[in-house]
Amino acid sequence: MAAQQKDRNFLAIIGDEDSVTGLLLAGIGHVNSQQKKNFLVVDAKTPLSKIEETFLEFTKRKDVAIILINQHIADLIRPLVDDHDQAFPTVLEIPSKDHPYDPEKDSVLRRVQRIFGE
Amino acid sequence: MSGAGPRISIFPTRMALTTMKSKLKGAQTGHSLLKRKSEALTKRFRDIVQKIAEAKREMGKMMQTAFFSLAEVNYIAGDISYPVQENAKNAQLRVRTKQENVSGVMLPVFESYMEGGNAFELTGLGRGGQQVQKCKENFIKAVVEMLVKIASLQADFVILDEVIKVTNRRVNAIEHVIIPRIENTIKYIISELDEQDREEFFRLKKVQGKKKKDQAIADKEKEDLEALEQDDDGDGTGRTVDILGDADDEDIIF
Repeated sequence: MAAQQKDRNFLAIIGDEDSVTGLLLAGIGHVNSQQKKNFLVVDAKTPLSKIEETFLEFTKRKDVAIILINQHIADLIRPLVDDHDQAFPTVLEIPSKDHPYDPEKDSVLRRVQRIFGE
Repeated sequence: MSGAGPRISIFPTRMALTTMKSKLKGAQTGHSLLKRKSEALTKRFRDIVQKIAEAKREMGKMMQTAFFSLAEVNYIAGDISYPVQENAKNAQLRVRTKQENVSGVMLPVFESYMEGGNAFELTGLGRGGQQVQKCKENFIKAVVEMLVKIASLQADFVILDEVIKVTNRRVNAIEHVIIPRIENTIKYIISELDEQDREEFFRLKKVQGKKKKDQAIADKEKEDLEALEQDDDGDGTGRTVDILGDADDEDIIF
């Protein structure tokens, strides 16, 4: 497992235009040799299947350590996010500009609540 | 016989009893160790959960600041999303994974680092360069300080959750399956050995009884013989045995 983790260098992002722009500006954007991007801009026109596909692709990639996903987009593919129970890559839900962060919806925090039975 | 519960199929000997006893001791030591490990992990787990909850709340604020500075950029420099997305070629901000050892469990710790040059040197060159820089700094701060930290905590959370489950399963297995089975085996061996002891004792008693009986018969014969001899060399006052008599002979009936 340790060897696996060594190669994971990148952060991936699925988010709306502003979140992606901001994080790319911070310098997390990467295009690999197969022209695969580690980010996806989701707007009103993006089909659900595309989001699901990208999410699954990111979770299967061996060089991604953290997947950042806007919470309102995570809500769209909630079953997939909840099903992802691996430690790597870590799926992290972040707030977006238009949608404030709601801890009730976060898959990890919900798991926490389930465990402690609150 | 107390072989009621499940037990290890083993031949009941004293040797096996010794082995079982040492096994029981080992199981008990292991049980207490594992239990302590599980407790230590649970404590750590609760810490992490608390930290996650706190950090997530803080993340909301930080992202808000970052988004606000992005709005400033949009206001001054216009929409920069297209050039930014097109210019993303090589990740400048990357993470590496370190390991932290908590009671024998390897927990990952993400650590961010910068690599390569700034890909957006020319972005906002025309107008709003300062705002772009500020926005970039804000986002870097958000990513480096909060997101990476939360991601490490979350990874720890998932791994610890798994490990605690496994450990608890082991503790319960030892407590409710392995120890009772060994105890049953020990009881079985002891009862079998007792049974063997009793059998042996009974056998010895029988042998002794037979020996005694034989001895008694032999003694009696010897006594008779001695009495006879005393008679022979005596003065004849003793009981004379009529050799020719038919005292001992049974009547023969034809």
